[in-house]
Amino acid sequence: MADWVEACAVDDVEEEDVIRFDRGGRSFAIYRSPDDEFFATDGFCTHEKAHLADGLVMDDIIECPKHNGRFNYKTGQAKGAPVCVNLATYPVKVEAGKVMIQI
Amino acid sequence: MTTMAKKRDYSLVGESTRAAIETGLASAEWYHTDVPRKTMKELMQRSDGPAIRDTVIWIVAIVGSAAGIVWFWGSWWMVPFLFVYGVLYGSSSDSRWHECGHGTAFRTRWMSDVVYHIASFMLMRNPVQWRWSHARHHTDTIIVGRDAEIAVMRPPDLLKAALAFTGILDFRYSLPTLVRQAFGTLSDEEKSYIPEMEQHKAVVAARWHVAIYVATIALAIALRSWIPLVLIGLPRLYGTWHMVTTGLLQHIGLADNVVDHRLNTRTVYMNPISRFIYWNMNYHVEHHMFPMVPYHALPRLHELIKHDLPAPNPSMWHAYREVWPVLLRQLKYEDYYLKRELPPTARPYRGEFHEVDMSAAAE
Repeated sequence: MADWVEACAVDDVEEEDVIRFDRGGRSFAIYRSPDDEFFATDGFCTHEKAHLADGLVMDDIIECPKHNGRFNYKTGQAKGAPVCVNLATYPVKVEAGKVMIQI
Repeated sequence: MTTMAKKRDYSLVGESTRAAIETGLASAEWYHTDVPRKTMKELMQRSDGPAIRDTVIWIVAIVGSAAGIVWFWGSWWMVPFLFVYGVLYGSSSDSRWHECGHGTAFRTRWMSDVVYHIASFMLMRNPVQWRWSHARHHTDTIIVGRDAEIAVMRPPDLLKAALAFTGILDFRYSLPTLVRQAFGTLSDEEKSYIPEMEQHKAVVAARWHVAIYVATIALAIALRSWIPLVLIGLPRLYGTWHMVTTGLLQHIGLADNVVDHRLNTRTVYMNPISRFIYWNMNYHVEHHMFPMVPYHALPRLHELIKHDLPAPNPSMWHAYREVWPVLLRQLKYEDYYLKRELPPTARPYRGEFHEVDMSAAAE
């Protein structure tokens, strides 16, 4: 059974941006969309080991900082070369100003 | 010490490849200058405006110079038009290919993709193959046995480097490569960096390119005129010199097998025309360190991080004068390289990556 864990405070993530969250030897990326919703994915690009939190959020796309591979961070879908493997996504909820993810 | 006991093996499936993977040089963690996230986010922002403006100028100049070639065909007046058309077709297409391959030139993805495919065709580059080779170049910049885009290998073949300015060698490589790929054959090296699920796309792309060249040749025969070939295909020969002049300077003569772009990559100040043709890729250390930053923001990035980078070469002439004796020295001693000095304000290099014993080179 996956647990809900606190990833960050709502204010830790700017609108249309991403931050890194590490837990239990794993890395995650927490996104805040332009319409103020929160999402979570694996923290590393599926192409090569680069932290997506160093990348650029544009609308519903996260672009990897290393090779500019693009994913839809809401669905995890890889949007084309050089990324071919989808990104794992995780359920997110906001409670009392905290962003919780289920991992 | 990183002195290499043997001759470098540039194969992507050979001994150097194995060594690079075993020693951790492959897919390594590279040095980055510290830039606050907020600032980097601003620098990374995409915009269609600058690239649309530059692309309109580019297309108008291409069409205009092509019209000049046709209009003045057979007279000496066509020479300046050939000069301009050749550079736009055979050289500026490289930077358009490059920036649109990264997806940073435009904010709108389809615009990047359209320009990427047009520029790939102009360069006789398979758009699928080269997208992957360039990803490898950024992962393993000038790592021997891993980087598929090392322009001048060691010891340097100076004749080959000189011929590169004419485009002959590239032409001789690129066209047969496209034909081979169009027949469905990818080499082992190509397969080493193109994922299996993408390989069929490379074959399809090669078939499109070859089909256009066949159609161009057919048109030239039907018209009994060289004009179609002078406009499509041959500019890869007569217009490639600017791409080579600027592109060779990116890494030539600098360190290999290091994981700090300040050691293996060069920033060179250039005139505004070359910067337009090259789309600011003269800020090459900055580009490699932060490939997410669009070409139009690279001058700002340069100003921001130059305290942490070696001093740029003030001109292309300066850079070539600096590198020439290094190349001559490498003919005898291939481990020799030009070590870029850092300003006092910079964070130091990681010593283990530049302590190559070069005493033998002084003999």
